[in-house]
Amino acid sequence: MDEQTRNILEILEEDARIVPEEIASLTGMTVEEVSQKIEYLEKAKIIRKYKTIIDWELAGENYVYAIIELKVQLERKLGYQAIAERLYKFPEVRSVRLLSGEHDISITVRGNSMKQVAFFVAEKIATLDQVQSTATHFVLKTYKENGLILDEPDQVKRLAVSP
Amino acid sequence: MRTQCNPSRFVSNSMQKVPPSGIRKFFDMASDSEDVISLGVGEPDYVTPWHIREACIHSIEHGETSYTSNYGLMELREEISRSYTKRHNVYYDPNDEILVTTGVSEALDLAIRAITNPGDEIIVVQPSYVAYVPSIIFAGGVPVTIGAKGVNDFSITAEEIEAAITNKTKAVIINYPNNPTGATMDRDELEAIADVIVEHDIMMISDDVYERLTYEGKHTCFSALEGMRDRTIMLNGFSKAYAMTGFRMAYAMAAPEIINSMMLIHQYSMLCAPITAQVGAIEALRNGEEEVSKMVREYDRRRKLIVGGLNDIGLDCFNPKGAFYAFPSIKSTGLTSDEFAERLLQEQNVVTIPGDIFGDTGAGFLRCAYAASREDIKEAIDRIGTFVDGL
Repeated sequence: MDEQTRNILEILEEDARIVPEEIASLTGMTVEEVSQKIEYLEKAKIIRKYKTIIDWELAGENYVYAIIELKVQLERKLGYQAIAERLYKFPEVRSVRLLSGEHDISITVRGNSMKQVAFFVAEKIATLDQVQSTATHFVLKTYKENGLILDEPDQVKRLAVSP
Repeated sequence: MRTQCNPSRFVSNSMQKVPPSGIRKFFDMASDSEDVISLGVGEPDYVTPWHIREACIHSIEHGETSYTSNYGLMELREEISRSYTKRHNVYYDPNDEILVTTGVSEALDLAIRAITNPGDEIIVVQPSYVAYVPSIIFAGGVPVTIGAKGVNDFSITAEEIEAAITNKTKAVIINYPNNPTGATMDRDELEAIADVIVEHDIMMISDDVYERLTYEGKHTCFSALEGMRDRTIMLNGFSKAYAMTGFRMAYAMAAPEIINSMMLIHQYSMLCAPITAQVGAIEALRNGEEEVSKMVREYDRRRKLIVGGLNDIGLDCFNPKGAFYAFPSIKSTGLTSDEFAERLLQEQNVVTIPGDIFGDTGAGFLRCAYAASREDIKEAIDRIGTFVDGL
């Protein structure tokens, strides 16, 4: 990856709302070059989506998250793709990952209550033909999300003028 | 009745020759103000990378709290040696050519004291770090300052150095990338200087503490130039590249005779650098590259932001290629550096450092450290713009 592309991606990963004018002043590129590069990155699906990390707990929304590990029975020819496609279509499912080790697939589910999440897993996930077993872990607290520390203590203050 | 004591009568003559640092005034003024945005801080705004802090914590947990060799931990000296061989293809023997010190400031003091006889002249290229001249005076030497000028983007020529050399000259001190200007020097310029150093049979003290913060071109290590290895005292440290200012970790590299002399002073004053910080330095050299690259990329972005911003508000700023300082000219405002910086702090709550604190050729310039958040840099530029417009 060239330096300019890396620069743009790192800046956007840190702040999706930053405008091309500002990226230009940070990189020494022209605004037009930045805009063209971003357009290319979007078209090439290197930039997949611009999202916001929200501390829902702080906002007063008591969402319940659970990580569910699944053991699955593979279908001939279709492999893991078929079950992954079934799983990621549920809006309650926030992420789907194929794992190595004891379990095959891990999904993250969001609901409004533990009861809702438990029923969703019992009725929609565990009953899928390919699913052999599930292990549900409710998330008690999120400390870090997508690289962002949510409960970071205040930064140490520097002197205004150093010796 | 006993006579009253006058303590100032006991202060040595050499101490009386050294005025207090001009930075101190701004430190006191900034401490009294609120809502201050500081471009006056010569240290990274990053906290030391976690893996380095973790290595130090682990070391303390395992009871590593003892003295080390006066030279520093052998493991650290070996890593330093490897790092220089890898980056500059110049080898220093970890046994007797590397000394671990508490900060480059100590290394500088030791280097000057190790080579200076009373009356020896040492040439200092200014604008420069504020400790060079006092350190020479403390050692009984005579500082001879020569000025790198803004018209040459604050680089210095071999001819300018040669013109300052007398039969009393012992050494030259250079610092590139430079604090406070951010200027760098390329290989050709340094080779011409090396020729002068050899011809006049003197030494070079090269303060390379900002070496890793080079954004354009490649940094040339002075001792890697032909014939320079044994004529150079290399000073380098961990403060800037690894955001480890509080660890006070640095080192000097030179011929065994020089390092041994430096070690003697170190042995009877500092004894050794703190072991915990040395463990952190080992971890930094072994596993710190990715963090250094990330920080350098971010400083580079801020460099472009501040230089562009200063030029946009009418303060002519050349393109600094290293360190984390912009050095704009404020001559167009008609104010002196000191007046500008003082009024800017009082009227807009922005801390900058007057350029002439770092030497005469810094007069009419301002040091703006961009190791601050992008938000602070943008806000500072807005406030400086408002200040300049109101003049």
